[in-house]
Amino acid sequence: MTRLLPFPLVTLGLLILWLLLNESVSPGAILLGSVLALVGGGALWLLAPPAGRPRRVLAIARLLWDVLIEIIRSNNAVATLILRGPRSQAGRSGFVLIPLAMRSPYGLAALACILTATPGTVWVDYDAEDGTMLLHVLDLIDEEQWMRIVKDNWERRLMEIFE
Amino acid sequence: MTHAVELPLWAAIVVACLLLLGAFLTLVGSIGLLRLRDFYARVHAPTLATTLGIGCVLLASMLFFTVLQTRPVLHEVLITAFMVLTTPVTLMLLTRASLYRDRREGSPDVPPIPARPLPKDGAER
Amino acid sequence: MSAAILFWAVLVAQLLLAAAMCCAVVRLLQGPRAQDRVLALDTLYVNAAILLLVFGIRTGSPLYFEAALLISLLGFVATAALAKFLLRGEVIE
Repeated sequence: MTRLLPFPLVTLGLLILWLLLNESVSPGAILLGSVLALVGGGALWLLAPPAGRPRRVLAIARLLWDVLIEIIRSNNAVATLILRGPRSQAGRSGFVLIPLAMRSPYGLAALACILTATPGTVWVDYDAEDGTMLLHVLDLIDEEQWMRIVKDNWERRLMEIFE
Repeated sequence: MTHAVELPLWAAIVVACLLLLGAFLTLVGSIGLLRLRDFYARVHAPTLATTLGIGCVLLASMLFFTVLQTRPVLHEVLITAFMVLTTPVTLMLLTRASLYRDRREGSPDVPPIPARPLPKDGAER
Repeated sequence: MSAAILFWAVLVAQLLLAAAMCCAVVRLLQGPRAQDRVLALDTLYVNAAILLLVFGIRTGSPLYFEAALLISLLGFVATAALAKFLLRGEVIE
């Protein structure tokens, strides 16, 4: 079972992708998609990614929902900032150095994706030795506040899921 | 637009609103590319287009084809998932490249490379 | 009625997206540095993908979806490769 299906989630994802691309759920499409998905999962196994898989499906769903809300909120904020013109944000963007407690590679990757996909923040760099990340914030009013947002909103919940 | 005649009015209004919102957000993002002052501020601008901009247009497209063909047309989800996964990667790579170049030139606007204690003898591999 | 609403909405959306592409092209030509140009190129790719989706609604043909998917794929690979190239720090401006 583990030999044939090393990454069940990846394999399932590939199958869904194939069915969506074909826009059909006919037996033929499912059969071909399953073969391709199994080959894809096997290819990933050859690459030997680091171990660890997400737990708590409910927590993931709630996290995704909150990410969506946050994206909508910050879209609005960044659009307002751009339309108001360059003078209103003179000298307000900048870098923040945030120490992280999370060490799981998947958790860090998820955090990087969430922060970068949200308008207004870009994950720049991560230092694996002392576990600090460098974040660039467009609307940097208060460094402490951003540190709190990152740690309380995302890091704590990602640690619950991945660690 | 003769194919859109049989579209119900509610669907047409929702599709129109989503299209206009998505296109407007994309335009604002591209204006930000022009108006923001330095590179690190400009990196934030295209995320408007790649999150809600393309999201709204894809929702409009899904709704339009689903109602018109009276069957669920969901393959637009693929572009959404793809965008959500790839935008962070490209933006991160680009920002890191820019940071690397600025640091090499000794630009005062970027944080310096963190100071490291020198590795002890014998700790080298 | 619904055809008229959609016609105008699609037209306005296309004009807005064309203006967005013009902004990206201006930044692409202006620079000032290589990373600005790469960022502008990435934005241009995304805007083109969105514009193709709107074309798909205009013509009612699902073919444009595949073009948009391809463009977003190409844009990702191109930007990642260019950023990797910049990381080597050997671009002469």
